[in-house]
Amino acid sequence: MDIQMKRGLLDVCVLAAIKDEDSYGYQIIRDMKPYVEISESTLYPILRRLEAAELLSVRTAEHNGRLRKYYHITPAGLERIETFREEWREIMSIYKFVTKEDFVNDKE
Amino acid sequence: MTKNEFLFELGQRLSGLPKEDIVASLDYYSELIDDHIENGMSEEEAVGSLGTLDEIVSQIIGDTPLPKLVKEKIKPKRALRVWEIVLLILGSPIWLSLLIALFVVLIAIAVTIFSVIISFFAVDFAFAAAGVGLLALSPVLFVYGKTATALAYLGFSLILLGSAPLLFIPLKKLAGLVLILCKKTLLLIKRCFVGKEAAK
Repeated sequence: MDIQMKRGLLDVCVLAAIKDEDSYGYQIIRDMKPYVEISESTLYPILRRLEAAELLSVRTAEHNGRLRKYYHITPAGLERIETFREEWREIMSIYKFVTKEDFVNDKE
Repeated sequence: MTKNEFLFELGQRLSGLPKEDIVASLDYYSELIDDHIENGMSEEEAVGSLGTLDEIVSQIIGDTPLPKLVKEKIKPKRALRVWEIVLLILGSPIWLSLLIALFVVLIAIAVTIFSVIISFFAVDFAFAAAGVGLLALSPVLFVYGKTATALAYLGFSLILLGSAPLLFIPLKKLAGLVLILCKKTLLLIKRCFVGKEAAK
């Protein structure tokens, strides 16, 4: 897949992983695993980027006597997911059109 | 490798980055290792599951813009004294012009890379244009009775017209390669600013 495209997709995936409740690094990777493989070293710059863009906020909380960073989605982050869904609807209809052409060609 | 060894090594390799960036990276990886251990991995396994240090460092450096690295490098370690500020101002004709020269060189490099890529496609275009030109010329030569030359022109024009689209494919690949090479070089330059050697 195109690197630039995958980068954008992973951003949305991470946002989706913290959409319903705040989550932390290890949990985000585990939640994404069934759908997309993402390594720890890939996730890190994504989290930094999303934080810088204010699509998520970070808070530190204690867990088992150590500190853990929890990521919380901001309204702008939710909006980003919504934009993605709208864009994807368009892409899906293009996909349908493209594969329909194939289907017709196969029949001939 | 134990967790502490890993974090120490990572910190060393990242030196040269802004302090808060290093701390944030170490916090992140420390938390992940602890979470892995809490979920049943041994310390050794937890560190191993993170991938190689090279990968991790490349990811972090690749994501840090070059100006930030340069700024960190030239940032004075303490507040400037009055006479240092005076010297800076007095010396500005020298260092300011050097700085501008450096900036111009960087722009020149970017322009050069861009022109190399453009030249690839210019070559291809020249092939096509020469092909069209010769094709148009050959009937004229026929009319003037220079049959041999006209036939040669016709043949050359067909070769040129045929090779233009064929050449386009490898040239496009070559342009892509040049871009990848530029990206790799940029990472290499960034690496000069980060790491044990750079910290000295």
